[in-house]
Amino acid sequence: MKKVVTIQPITRLEGHGKISIFLDEVGNVKDAYYQVVEFRGFERFCIGRPVEEMPIITPRICGVCPWAHHMASAKAVDAVYGANLPETAKKIREMAYNIFYIHDHSAVFYTLSAPDFVVGPDAPRAERNILGLIGKIGLETGKKVINARMIATRLLEKLAGRAIIPNCAVPGGVSKLLTEDDRKEIEEGAKKLVEFGQFTLKILEDAVLKNQKYLDLIMGDVYKHATYYMGLVDGKGLVNYYDGKIRIVDPKGRIYAEFHPKDYLNYIGEHVEPWTYLKFPYLKNLGWKGIVDGEASGVYRVGPLGRLNVADGFATPLAQEAYENFKETLGKPAHATLGYHWARVIEILNAAERVLELSRDPDITGKDFRVPLTDTPSEGVGVVEAPRGTLIHHYKTDQDGILTNVNLIVATTHNNAGICMSVKKAAQQLISYGKISDGLLNMIEMAFRAYDPCLACGTHALPGQIPLDVRIYDTNGRLVAEIKRP
Amino acid sequence: MVENFEPNIVVFACNWCSYAGIDLAGTSRVQYPHNLKVIRVMCSGRINPVYILEALANGADGVLVTGCHPGDCHYISGNYKTRKRMLLLDKLLEQFGIEKGRVRLEWISAPEGERFANIAKEFVEQIKKLGPNRIAEKLKEEVEVV
Amino acid sequence: MNKPKLAIIPGANCAGCDYSLLDLGEKIIEVLMSVEVAYWPTAVDLKLEDLERLPDGSIDIVLFEGAVNNDETKEMAKLARRKAKNLIAFGACACFGGIPGLANFASKDGLLQKAYVKSLSTINQQGTVPCKLTRLDGEELTIPELLETVKSLNQVVDVDYYLPGCPPPLKLVDEVLTAALSGKLPPKGTVFGSMKSVCDECKHIREEKRITEIKRYHQSIPDPEKCLLEQGIICMGPATRGGCDAVCLTVNVPCRGCMGPTPESQDQGARMLSALSSVIGLEVETGMSDEEIRKIILQIKDPLGIFYRYSLPRSILRRVWGVRE
Ligand code: SF4
Ligand code: SF4
Ligand code: SF4
Ligand code: FES
Repeated sequence: MKKVVTIQPITRLEGHGKISIFLDEVGNVKDAYYQVVEFRGFERFCIGRPVEEMPIITPRICGVCPWAHHMASAKAVDAVYGANLPETAKKIREMAYNIFYIHDHSAVFYTLSAPDFVVGPDAPRAERNILGLIGKIGLETGKKVINARMIATRLLEKLAGRAIIPNCAVPGGVSKLLTEDDRKEIEEGAKKLVEFGQFTLKILEDAVLKNQKYLDLIMGDVYKHATYYMGLVDGKGLVNYYDGKIRIVDPKGRIYAEFHPKDYLNYIGEHVEPWTYLKFPYLKNLGWKGIVDGEASGVYRVGPLGRLNVADGFATPLAQEAYENFKETLGKPAHATLGYHWARVIEILNAAERVLELSRDPDITGKDFRVPLTDTPSEGVGVVEAPRGTLIHHYKTDQDGILTNVNLIVATTHNNAGICMSVKKAAQQLISYGKISDGLLNMIEMAFRAYDPCLACGTHALPGQIPLDVRIYDTNGRLVAEIKRP
Repeated sequence: MVENFEPNIVVFACNWCSYAGIDLAGTSRVQYPHNLKVIRVMCSGRINPVYILEALANGADGVLVTGCHPGDCHYISGNYKTRKRMLLLDKLLEQFGIEKGRVRLEWISAPEGERFANIAKEFVEQIKKLGPNRIAEKLKEEVEVV
Repeated sequence: MNKPKLAIIPGANCAGCDYSLLDLGEKIIEVLMSVEVAYWPTAVDLKLEDLERLPDGSIDIVLFEGAVNNDETKEMAKLARRKAKNLIAFGACACFGGIPGLANFASKDGLLQKAYVKSLSTINQQGTVPCKLTRLDGEELTIPELLETVKSLNQVVDVDYYLPGCPPPLKLVDEVLTAALSGKLPPKGTVFGSMKSVCDECKHIREEKRITEIKRYHQSIPDPEKCLLEQGIICMGPATRGGCDAVCLTVNVPCRGCMGPTPESQDQGARMLSALSSVIGLEVETGMSDEEIRKIILQIKDPLGIFYRYSLPRSILRRVWGVRE
């Protein structure tokens, strides 16, 4: 009695994805595959393009995190020309990028994560969405959330013409300078965003720390994977989204490697499977051992959890305080996949604090916002922390600055093996001897959602749920069962 | 080279000089190849690059653009514009993967009937060497039946 | 009373078009209150079968987002057409192929080989490439197969309206939704946007100057008051339909043409070629030789990739022919 369970559409990365679960003869989970079904081929079709065009082309890789590609791309072009950016340019970029973090992380938190544990993981499905959330925390609060998002949107438009698919960074700097009026507006907005960050953190901490059930769920084995972690850290070893060195820690939390982003090829390799368009990055020196966790496997994870696990803390006071609490509760490194949500919220606060700091920096209204790039171009790597994890853009050009080679490793790709493992583990707990328990969808969904695998999934704004549909077929392709929501 | 390949060639000619020259070649019975389809326009400056692209997409094996010699355009600068367009179009077509030499620009004045005939012959030979333009068929395969 | 039905159906997209709907703020809530959402995988929990079950022609407004690049997105396009009363190409990808349409610079094999075999970080001695059907211990896993050539929506099915932009300007989205919901859609085939070019909406001052040098965007910092093209920086404004309020130019970034060709031109690159030709050169051109002109023109890097940045699949020649990888 071989069965196949297909869950589709699960989500999208470069498009859409699906999960297929295969049962063995007795009806237990044999394998689970997370398949990405879309591919557009940027690495090939960018070859031949002038390298300075990349910060405009690559945001179209993903409309949910266009800013991450925009920044990584601009940094890579700077590197191709060996450019030294004026302080003003660097700071405007970092400030804009931190605003984007708030814009993105808060959408993810309120639409995807919060319904699970604020309303409660075992609340009726019909309530586990943004409407249920508002019911629980009150309409006033709901308005606060929308308001914060609108502030972030407006500030991004100010800096980049538009909030989605931006024109902020240009090779050698930023597209325009900031006036004192702009600065004031950003400072005012940032104050409100810091408050919003604190408020969001409180919602989460109250919900998690006062709800033993949820805490158990987080700490439980279903959602745990002892893997390596990767993320950027600044000169002091603290979390930084825009710049720094790449640090990798092992499953025990010891620093495994720390290196300049340009050396990433010495550490990361990518494995290819024929059944998915998403590659599997792994630590090269440990080798590809398959989709498994543990110290011997080269599988590592990135994203909010990855960043908190590699760094020694945060550079801003409120976030640092929250981080201490996080560490005390989940340990370090925190292997609990659901810790992603908590980490994400701390990052909202950190990003807001950083925006406020930068908006008060005298350099931010400097006149030196851009330098022409005139040296002979050759090769460059640009790395930022996308909200979902480390994002690597690597370009090589001829003497004319025409691209001859492009390599991209996007955040969700690093997490590919992690996502596959989490899905399989959750499925194994919930399917036995052909019996598929009711919580299956929910548990798989929670496992999957923690990574926020890019996604347009961040915009499951309305019901706040990833559409799931599990259909079970027998070997003759006959539909024998269907689990579907609501 | 493809056996018995008779290329299909489109010639754009400005009314004032080039068309007159081609006409002269005809009336004075200078021999020129019969596989040319001559399209008369008022001035070479009026030849929209779209016409050339369309010709190629619809199966022309070669396109010859002609105009008055520099300085002689009846609209003063039409042919200067043409010159720039054609130089840029060359580059674009190269990137499109169209073989060099399928599209050519020549200045032909009214009395140059014989010169036109020679250019035409030579161009036909050149296109024969390049072989047929296959894009039209392939484009047709691409077009879905809606 | 029955509410009108709305569906958003994805093809080869980045989701930026429908994600940007969130920035409509209260308007989107208003819209969602007045329609019944029949399908919108990024926002609403409805399945493909729910969509398939609806009678043909029963969805009042279908926004198709993305280009058509594989067998699955092609099927989605056909399904969208069957179910739609009004099918709207939503965004540059659906209208003209968009950025994913740049894949027409390469061959299907070239795209796959580069990403999975020849990428700098891939370790893949066997040369494994994702493929339509994989058998693993008798289990079958399938993923879609790429088409040879990326297409715009209207190259696969009949399209009623076009809403260009990458992503489309919100005021145009608003216009479309308002028109559709009040039953006041313009004639079939209408492209939402301005009847004029981006230049008409641009605040940079034009002086009808000629240029003798092309500058690349990273090499020089343009005067923020003056027309970029007249400063020698390639700007697609003259060949591009307005409607975006020249938003890129407000931050001094040259237009790259995401609104597609101007109304009177069918091929954006050919239009740009003409526009650029009239700007290049001297006032008195007898003063320049072919060689001098050629030199200026050779300074334009990658004209195909810039002139057709968002519209290669919709261009007359559609793709690069005879690609050698
Ligand atoms: S048109 Fe632009 S924003 Fe819309 S899906 Fe395509 S790339 Fe994304
Ligand atoms: S060419 Fe560009 S900069 Fe100049 S007016 Fe047009 S849109 Fe503005
Ligand atoms: S200025 Fe050009 S590239 Fe920018 S939004 Fe408008 S049409 Fe698109
Ligand atoms: S009239 Fe002959 S080229 Fe202008």
